[in-house]
Parts: sequence; structure tokens; C-alpha cells
Amino acid sequence: MEGRRAVSAPGGFEPAAGWCAREVEQELPELRVLGVEVQVGRRGPVTGASSREVTERLRELSNRFRGARAVGVRREPVPAAYRVFFHQIGLDPDILRTPIEAAVLERMLRGGFLSGGLLSDVLLIALIDTGVPVWALDSEAVDGPLGIRPSREGERLGRSPAAPALPSGRLVIADASSALAVLFGQTAPQHEPAPHTRRLTLFALQVPGVPALFVEEALWSCYAALERP
Amino acid sequence: MGPTQSEQLLIDREDGERAARESLRAQVARLERELSAIVADKFPFIRAPGPSAEACAGPCLMNLEQLERSRDRLAGRVWEFRRLAEERIEHERRAHELLEGMKLEPGRYKFARLPVKDLGQGGCGVWRVRPRLGLIGMLAGWWQVKLSSGCPLPRGLRPRRGPAEWR
Repeated sequence: MEGRRAVSAPGGFEPAAGWCAREVEQELPELRVLGVEVQVGRRGPVTGASSREVTERLRELSNRFRGARAVGVRREPVPAAYRVFFHQIGLDPDILRTPIEAAVLERMLRGGFLSGGLLSDVLLIALIDTGVPVWALDSEAVDGPLGIRPSREGERLGRSPAAPALPSGRLVIADASSALAVLFGQTAPQHEPAPHTRRLTLFALQVPGVPALFVEEALWSCYAALERP
Repeated sequence: MGPTQSEQLLIDREDGERAARESLRAQVARLERELSAIVADKFPFIRAPGPSAEACAGPCLMNLEQLERSRDRLAGRVWEFRRLAEERIEHERRAHELLEGMKLEPGRYKFARLPVKDLGQGGCGVWRVRPRLGLIGMLAGWWQVKLSSGCPLPRGLRPRRGPAEWR
């Protein structure tokens, strides 16, 4: 494995590329995980209700995202790249929707992008703006740099003994000691941000066809919104 | 000392398989883009593909066989959607011809109806061949093509109010 800094040092926005297991790097050379650590600026719970500014932004995005755009989203370069990548790693995007398509479908079914708390809203805004999904982990529960590797025989998703078991060979986001999230799937329950979490590790996946600028923009959007008091 | 002959064969085989997988991934990308283009262009006349019969296990590094199956499945979908798109184009072409005919010789297409959806347009409008001035036009052979105003109102018809409510 190639060890590199997975998250930037706290105090500045410096997204850093994570490591990739050799077999992943050989097979999917353009796949990258980018991460950044952020100190939550607000005093209240990070999963609590969003500020008026954030909910207004969601409303504005809801108005901008109408039926015609929803249908055409799969043709836009960034969402299309994620669709292609899904096929290449054995996921069917018509069964397990890509994050942007899932968000758009929700928008159509519910009539708008509904607020689900500050963290969830911030991640959603970044996704809609850039097409790049961002996930968050509790930094306290992350051990060293993040990377991508296939899961090992008998491994669990997270460090808790009650964590769900993983079949071997699943592509996961991992730290130095355990798998933390399935690629485009479930995050280890014990490693998810809790309401009292003050430091978050944000990460995004750059797949072939997605410029690094979009991934950094998505991370920056989340970073800036969460850092704000 | 370099690799032995058998080791070299193994390396060559692995390189060959890797190149084949790369080529399959490129094919998958091309097919997916073509499928998305058809679905986006022809919506709502052609519906987006439903989930395939094969269950989606989870993200993994796919071997040659799995990639081939994925490519074949996608190729099958693309082929089916190409056929549906061609059928749709032919359907719209015939509808345009019919509309031309209706406009040129309305008398030959008495009471014909042609929804604008058949022409590949949105909305609920319908082209109709109707007699001018009702019964008089029917008897006199005066026919005309009219486009109905289209979709029903979103809140239904205006409620009828009795005289008592006007006060």
C-alpha cells in the first residue's frame, strides 16, 4: 500500500489524497479518495437543525432542479462518470442509484430537497452543486490516513464487535486498522458523526472522468459551511 | 537473473488479462453513455431501464468474466433501447405525415385525431379534423384541422356557484 497523508492538517483547507491498495491502483488507476479534516464551528449539535442560510440554499436548489434537468442529469459529465464507474465495480446504477441520481429522485418524489439537519444538508448541497458525493466520519474514530482497499476475509465494517460483517473483496474506505465505509455504501455506524462531534473527516471519491477541481470544490463547500460558527 | 520462461508466461498472461479488462471497462463506459443519451433524449416516450435481473452484490474489483457479463448485459440493454428509439422515430415520422395529410386534405381525414405526443411534443394537445359550423359543415363538406387547447387545469374545473353565493 502506498501510504500518504489522507486528510489535511486542521487549520486550513488542504484536501489530501489517500492511499490505494496496490491491486486497486493497478485495476482502477484513476480512482482516488480525497479527504479533509474540519473543526465544526457551530456551538450546537452538528446534526441539529440547519441555519436559515442553509435551508434557503436548499430551497433555491429545489427550485432550480426541475423535471427536465432531473431526466437529463445522467448525461451530465460528472454524474455520467459515476454511473460508468458503478458499472465498472459491479454496481448497477439502475438498482443502487448514484448519489446524485438518488438525491434528484428524492427531490422529485418529495417536491423539494428537504432539510435533514446541518451535516446532512451541507453534504447534500455539495452533491447537488458539483455532482460529487461527500461523506463524513467522526475524526476521533479514524485511525490514521484513509485509503481504498478490498475487504479481508472475516472483516467487519468498523471496529465495534457488533459491526456488520463484510464479505471478502468488497471495496472499502479504510483507515490503518479497519474498514470504515463500503464504497458508495454503508458507513460504519460507530464511526459516523454524532451530535456532539466537533472534528469531522470529510472524504470524497474521484472516479475516472471527474476533474479534481470538482472534488475539491465539493469538499470546500462542506468545509466552509461546517467551519462557520 | 531474469524471470524463467514459465514466470514470463505468467506475467504476459496477467498483462494480457489486465489489458482485456481495461478494454472491457472502456466498452462499458461507451455503452453506458449511449444508453443514457437514448433515455434522456427520448424521455418520456421511452422509459428508463428497470433493474436487471441479476442482483447487485456490492462494489468489488471485477474479474474478466464478471466484466464480460456486465458488458454483455449493458450491450443487451443498449440494443433493446436502440430498437425502441428507432420504433419511436418511425412512429413520429408517420404521425408527421398524417398531420401533413390532415392539413392538406382535411376532407379525406374526417374526425381524425392526432395527439401532439405522437409528434414527439410535450403537452396534451390533440389535432382534430372537424366540420366547420358543425352540422352545416358536415353536410357541405367543409372540414378543418384544429388543435385543441391541451391539458386540463391543474385544479380541475372552476366550481359552479349558484346565484345565492354571489351576494
